[in-house]
Amino acid sequence: MKDFLLVFRMDYSQMPKRSPEEMQAMTKRWMDWIGSIAAQNKLTDRGNRLEPSGKVVKPNNVIADGPYTEIKESIGGYSIIKAGSLDEATEISKGCPVFLNGGSVEVREISAM
Amino acid sequence: MHQEELIPHLFRTEYRKIVVVLCKLFGIEHIEIAEDIASDTFLAASELWGLKGLPENPVAWLYTVAKNKSKDYFKHHSIFLQKVTKEITFTAESSTQIDIDLSAKNINDSQLAMMFVVCHPCNSIEAQIGLALSLLCGFGTEEIAGAFLTNKETIYKRLQRAKQKLREEKVEIKQPSRAEIDERLPAVLMTLYLLFNEGYYSASNDAVLRKDLCLEAMRLTYLLVENEQTNKPTVNALLALMCFQSSRFDARINEHGELVLYGDQDASLWDNELIEQGKYFLDEASRGNTISKYHLEAGIACMHTKQEDSKEKWENILQLYNHLLIIEYSPVAALNRTYAFAKANGKKEAIIEAEKINLTANHLYHSLLGWLYTDVDNQKALLHLQTARQLTKTLNDKKLIADKIRKLTG
Repeated sequence: MKDFLLVFRMDYSQMPKRSPEEMQAMTKRWMDWIGSIAAQNKLTDRGNRLEPSGKVVKPNNVIADGPYTEIKESIGGYSIIKAGSLDEATEISKGCPVFLNGGSVEVREISAM
Repeated sequence: MHQEELIPHLFRTEYRKIVVVLCKLFGIEHIEIAEDIASDTFLAASELWGLKGLPENPVAWLYTVAKNKSKDYFKHHSIFLQKVTKEITFTAESSTQIDIDLSAKNINDSQLAMMFVVCHPCNSIEAQIGLALSLLCGFGTEEIAGAFLTNKETIYKRLQRAKQKLREEKVEIKQPSRAEIDERLPAVLMTLYLLFNEGYYSASNDAVLRKDLCLEAMRLTYLLVENEQTNKPTVNALLALMCFQSSRFDARINEHGELVLYGDQDASLWDNELIEQGKYFLDEASRGNTISKYHLEAGIACMHTKQEDSKEKWENILQLYNHLLIIEYSPVAALNRTYAFAKANGKKEAIIEAEKINLTANHLYHSLLGWLYTDVDNQKALLHLQTARQLTKTLNDKKLIADKIRKLTG
C-alpha cells in the first residue's frame, strides 16, 4: 500500500450562494465519502480544508493575493489515502463530492523523503 | 445471608481491597505476600466462623485479622527485611507501629494507584487485563481462564510473568502524578474498555461471569470518575458507553442464554436507570474539546437507546460511525457503519458500500450482505447467508443465521 495525496480544487466564489440546507447536505456527502474510504481502511489522514484567502509569494518579493485571482479553481482541501496503485487511488477518487460543484481531484502518489 | 453464601460474597468484595492496600504498603516486590495474607485471612474466617459462629461485624473482623497477620509477618521477618530487602516500601522499625489503613479512602486510593500499575506498558494488553482481574477485581485464575476461554495453567503463568515484569521495572505503587496520569490514562482506559468488552462480547456461555466482568470494568471506571485528578472527559465518555451498553444486558440474552439481536430485543427489559446515568456521564464528557473514540462510541450507544427506527436516528448513527472510522479503523465499525448507511441512505447505495469494504472472511460481512440483498435480490441474499453460516464458529450464531435462511426461503 502506498499513500496518495488527493488535492480538491473548486470554484470558491460559488460557496456563499448556498443555503444552510445545501451546506448541510454537502457536509453529509463529504462525511459519507470520507467515512466510506475509512471503512475500507484506506484513509491515512482525513486532511484539512483550506481557507479561501491566501497569498502567493513570487521571486523578487512579489506578493499577490489569493491564488483564486489567477485561476478559477483553487485548492479547497486535501486528504491522504492508501491504495495499491495510482489506478486504485484514482478509482477511489471518482465518488468525491467535489465534482457536484464542478471541482476536480488531483491524485498524486506521495514519495516519502 | 448464610455463612456459606457470606464468605464467597465477602471474598468477592473484600479480598481485592485487602490485597490492594497491602500491596501498596509492601511495594511491588511483595505482591505475593499481600495475596498470601489476604488468602490466609479468608481461610481463617472459613475455619473459625464455622466453629464459633459469625462475628458481629464480619468485614471489620476480616480487616482486623488481615492487619494482625501483616503485623505478625513483619515481626517474624523484620530482621530479614532490614538486612536483605532494602527496596521494600515499608521499613518495619517496630511492628507495633505499622499503620494498615483499611479505610474506604485508602482502599480507593490504593485501587487507583494499582490501576496505573497493572496498566504499565511493560506488559501486553492481555497480561494487563489478567492482572486487573486478579489484583483489582479479586478474580481467581479459574474465573480469569473462563473469561479468556483458556486453561488455568496458561493464566497462572501469564500472571506470574506479568508480576515479574512489574518487579523488574521496579514500578512504584503510588498515586500517579499529573504527568503520569496524562501519559498512562489512555492505556488504563483501553484496558477497562477491553475488560468490559470481554464481558459484553465474550464467547463464554457463563452469563453470570460475563456480567461480573462488565460490572467490574464499570466499578473501576467509576473510581477514575470519582477522583478529581482522573475525572477527565474521556473517562466519563467511557463510563457513559458502559452504562448504555449494559442497559441492554438483560434484553440481549434470552432465557436459554442465547444472544438476542438488537432489532429483536424487548425494549421493556432495557434498564432506564443505566440509560439515564449514561446520559449524565456523556454530558460530563462533553466538557472540553476532545472527541475520543469513547465519545463517539458512547454517542452511538446512546442513539441505540432510542426505540424509534427513524431515518434521523440512523443518519446520526451513520455520521458518528464516519467520525469513529476516521479516528480508528476496525472491521466491526466498518460493518456497523454500512448497516447504518443502509438505514439512512437506502439499501441500493449500501450494497455498493458493503462490497467496497470487502471483509469476505468475516461471517458478519456475509450476514450483512444477506440482509442488504433481502427483497433486492433474494438469490444473492441466500448465497451470502449460506456463506455466513459456513464461516461462523459458534452454535448460537449458526442458529441465528439458519433462522434467517428459513425466513428468506419461506
